[in-house]
Amino acid sequence: MTQTAVTPEREPAVRKAAPGGARTPRRSGRRRLALPYVLLLPALLLELLVHLVPMLMGVAMSFKELTQFFIRDWANAPWSGLDNFSVTLDFDAAVGQSLLKSFLTTCQFTVLSVGLCWLLGTAAAILLQENFRGRAVLRTLFLVPYALPVYAAVITWAFMFQRDNGLINHVLHDQLGIGDGPAFWLIGDNSFWALLAVSVWKGWPFAFLTVMAGLQNIPRDMYEAAALDGAGVWKQIRHITLPSLRPVNQVLVLVLFLWTFNDFNTPFVLFGKAAPEAADLISLHIYQSSFQTWNFGTGSAMSVLLLLFLLLVTGVYLLLTTRGRKTSDV
Amino acid sequence: MRRIRAAVTGAVTLSLALTACGGGGGADDGGQAKKTLTYWASNQGSSLEVDKKVLQPELDEFERRTGIKVKLEVVPWSDLLNRILTATTSGQGPDVLNIGNTWSASLQATGALLPWDAKNFDAIGGKDRFVDSALGSTGAPGQDPAAVPLYSMAYALYYNKQMFKDAGIAKPPTTWDEVVAAGKKLSKDGKSGIGVEGSNLSNNIHQVFVLGKQHGADFFTADGKPDFTSDGAVAAVKQYVDLMATHKIVAPGNAEYAQNQSLSDFAKDRTGMVLWQTPSQTFASQGMTEDEWGVVPAPVASGKPGTGTAVNSMVAGINMAVFKNTDNLDGALKFVKFMTSDEEQTVLNKTYGSVPPVKDAQKDPAFSGPSLAVIRDTLASSAAALPQVPEESQFETVVGTAVKELFADAAAGRPVTTESVKAKLDKAQQQMPKK
Amino acid sequence: MSDATRARTARPRSPMAPPRSFLWTRRIVLALLTGFVLLPVYVMVSSSLKPLEDVTGRFEWIPSTVTLRPYADIWETIPLADYFANSIVVAGAATVLSVAVAVFAAYAVSRYSFRGKRVFTVTVLSTQMFPGILFLLPLFLIYVNIGNATGLALFGSREGLILTYLTFSLPFSIWMLTGYFDAIPRELDEAAKVDGCGPIGALFRVIVPAARPGIVAVAVYAFMTAWGEVLFASVMTDDTTRTLAVGLQGYSTQNDVYWNQVMAASLVVSVPVVVGFLLLQRYLVAGLTAGAVK
Repeated sequence: MTQTAVTPEREPAVRKAAPGGARTPRRSGRRRLALPYVLLLPALLLELLVHLVPMLMGVAMSFKELTQFFIRDWANAPWSGLDNFSVTLDFDAAVGQSLLKSFLTTCQFTVLSVGLCWLLGTAAAILLQENFRGRAVLRTLFLVPYALPVYAAVITWAFMFQRDNGLINHVLHDQLGIGDGPAFWLIGDNSFWALLAVSVWKGWPFAFLTVMAGLQNIPRDMYEAAALDGAGVWKQIRHITLPSLRPVNQVLVLVLFLWTFNDFNTPFVLFGKAAPEAADLISLHIYQSSFQTWNFGTGSAMSVLLLLFLLLVTGVYLLLTTRGRKTSDV
Repeated sequence: MRRIRAAVTGAVTLSLALTACGGGGGADDGGQAKKTLTYWASNQGSSLEVDKKVLQPELDEFERRTGIKVKLEVVPWSDLLNRILTATTSGQGPDVLNIGNTWSASLQATGALLPWDAKNFDAIGGKDRFVDSALGSTGAPGQDPAAVPLYSMAYALYYNKQMFKDAGIAKPPTTWDEVVAAGKKLSKDGKSGIGVEGSNLSNNIHQVFVLGKQHGADFFTADGKPDFTSDGAVAAVKQYVDLMATHKIVAPGNAEYAQNQSLSDFAKDRTGMVLWQTPSQTFASQGMTEDEWGVVPAPVASGKPGTGTAVNSMVAGINMAVFKNTDNLDGALKFVKFMTSDEEQTVLNKTYGSVPPVKDAQKDPAFSGPSLAVIRDTLASSAAALPQVPEESQFETVVGTAVKELFADAAAGRPVTTESVKAKLDKAQQQMPKK
Repeated sequence: MSDATRARTARPRSPMAPPRSFLWTRRIVLALLTGFVLLPVYVMVSSSLKPLEDVTGRFEWIPSTVTLRPYADIWETIPLADYFANSIVVAGAATVLSVAVAVFAAYAVSRYSFRGKRVFTVTVLSTQMFPGILFLLPLFLIYVNIGNATGLALFGSREGLILTYLTFSLPFSIWMLTGYFDAIPRELDEAAKVDGCGPIGALFRVIVPAARPGIVAVAVYAFMTAWGEVLFASVMTDDTTRTLAVGLQGYSTQNDVYWNQVMAASLVVSVPVVVGFLLLQRYLVAGLTAGAVK
């Protein structure tokens, strides 16, 4: 991020306009000050309505005893203090233990899935940067997983992962002769890998799309200059493409992380209401602990803990990556 | 910044004010709207569209008679309980709805459904029109029912006639020992004895509940506390999983079944038996004709189904409930009366292949055919309702999952012992809400 | 595309041809990715051409009986056309609104410094961290109460779903667009302002065209978010407003799963979306400079 012309935001347009605007009447200055807020207003209102207020209500729910006896009039449900939290955090008991296990599984799953999505997406975007025959076809093709309705795509994978009738075992076992007998993919320990495969299949086109758009922002003369200096393709990728993608990657990785961590649709469609232990992602776990067992208080407490964890991770991540970026700018 | 904070505070106050008055009546108002009822029907036929085609003429008939228009929505099973939950929370729901009969006590506890006291029952022709076993699955004992029975079903043992003939089995099994013996004869050449839906939580619960009864165990104590680890309960779960683990008459692949794959296997002559509730529609759509399969009552140790430890089925079925918030109680009651009338009961249950929970409607010859007579008699004499406790859905989730995990162990060749069963059930019990 | 644009878009031939190692890596990696992407698509196509008995049997690469029946049956089993129309309307409206709102917000964040900016960005970001399951109920409550108070039917209606989905994609859209806007040289909009454009003029004359690839990417994202969402749609719609994402589950009924029809229907409804992607290709490809030089 050295050559691109990103003016540091410390020199905002508003202040720049100020010296010249000595003669500008005060009214216009105030209008200028209001402008950013006016621009933000629609976004702000929508976020309040659909995210923030429900979120605050969700936090309130985590301090209530909200079982089926009280959901009908939950504003008047009894407060239960920290009970919901102490139940979820009691790692010696079954509820806390399974939550902890689910959390660790989710962490492992997220790291692998995000890593692979990013790797495949970046590789494909970079390899498709040069023009060659078939490039346009591949570009569209790679977006197909993204265009299929989630339910349709995941149910197809579930169909393929069936033990006795599925394509995966047909290829691995019947045709390639791998393993002793046909393996289970939808139950037992393998289900983790099945879930990972589906998640990557569904997620990498987004990384591809984002990186592809990011690549358009790299000024061409940088490559030309490097080429004149005798740098080959690999060197150009290493020294120009990847560093220039840093701001895009910073956003992309974080977003992929948050989505993967909170992904509900994929495990829900793949495994139904009860995921196998090896693939018990936290979102499905919380769904089970709230919707299926009618205990919204505990479910909310789990969600609040999750929120705190994600806030922490995101905070640390942003701190690390932006600091890294600043030093490299200097 | 201050402005944002003001906006946040404003919005929060607003929403709190709004929720404070939540739970009010529906948005419908005015004379015209009063004439309309909203009805959520569950999916009973082979598709949502089929259901609409079946129900709409009946609703038109109701409108012709009473002038009340019924707005029908067939809600898929995947959404039904969530829709009911959100409706309960917000007070914004239908007037009349179908519920799975095992949800009755859970939904009863929310207080969102109209209690069926004597007065309300009188409005639809009285309580004694209904079959007792079906009434047993309408809410917690000692309380006014939260719903009335609409369609009834029960489990029976379905067997593949050709496969039985080929294996030289003269008579369909009536005891579990005979099931195992027949299963062993059937299990060869890639075929297997009996099918299970190892990953279908509700199905697992139905089966182990009945086996529990046969071992003299209930999964809840009389005062409604979970009791999953009694010797009888452990033996019941073990007996069910042992069909795969010890007797090997269930193909390991069944451990992952949750979408009725066991019925496909059955129709394809890959398994000889299934324990199911009224699967004839599915057999037909998989290309199996009526004369290719037979049906007998589900097995019990003594061979003679009855009450107590001779129970051989849970009471399966659909109930009809009225949402307490309805602004047209009179119309809703009229509609329930119409749907539970002898005439409609006969028509609807005939179409859906279920048995009417209304005594007089059962007399129709359509329900005395060989396949439905078994179901009808089971319901009348040897079916028991799942525990009518508010925690029923938690029970289904945690114990159903435990059985699923045990099947996964069995399929992977890991041993299933009394200890491992007990450990799983113990873990399940710990996940039940403490009171 | 005019010749002039093509000349600008096409990459000048580099003085050094790519080495063989690069070409081979490219061939192998792209071939593997193509296989990975197409495998389920192939399963969909082949299964959609089989009768149900064959689909529920052992997998066969080549269908032994080919039938087009599923493609006729899909319209009978569920009101597929209605669901499709609902999805298009909901996802389309949510996309347009989301992009519009996000462009303004991102412009403010990227080009102005104002009090509360950090709070805004952090808050917007944090909404991505709350599991959707949890605010499902509260949101439903809010919609119902707004409905009771004002007569606006937000629950069960397309409008409510549009509002929800547009907000779902908003945080990321704002964030992503801010990144794209930041990368556009400030001199460009300063110049536009010197030429007499107001701040809004500069936004639409300079920034939006220059960030077109980013905007298209964000629009695609917003569309797909709305297109695929299952959980909220399953409780916030009724049979007249149900979207495809949940509607497709109608092929799996209590007694049967019509695998062949699910696959046929998925293919049918995905064709327009894939074609849409195809048409958007060139906007995605059009580079920063191509837009900025105008």
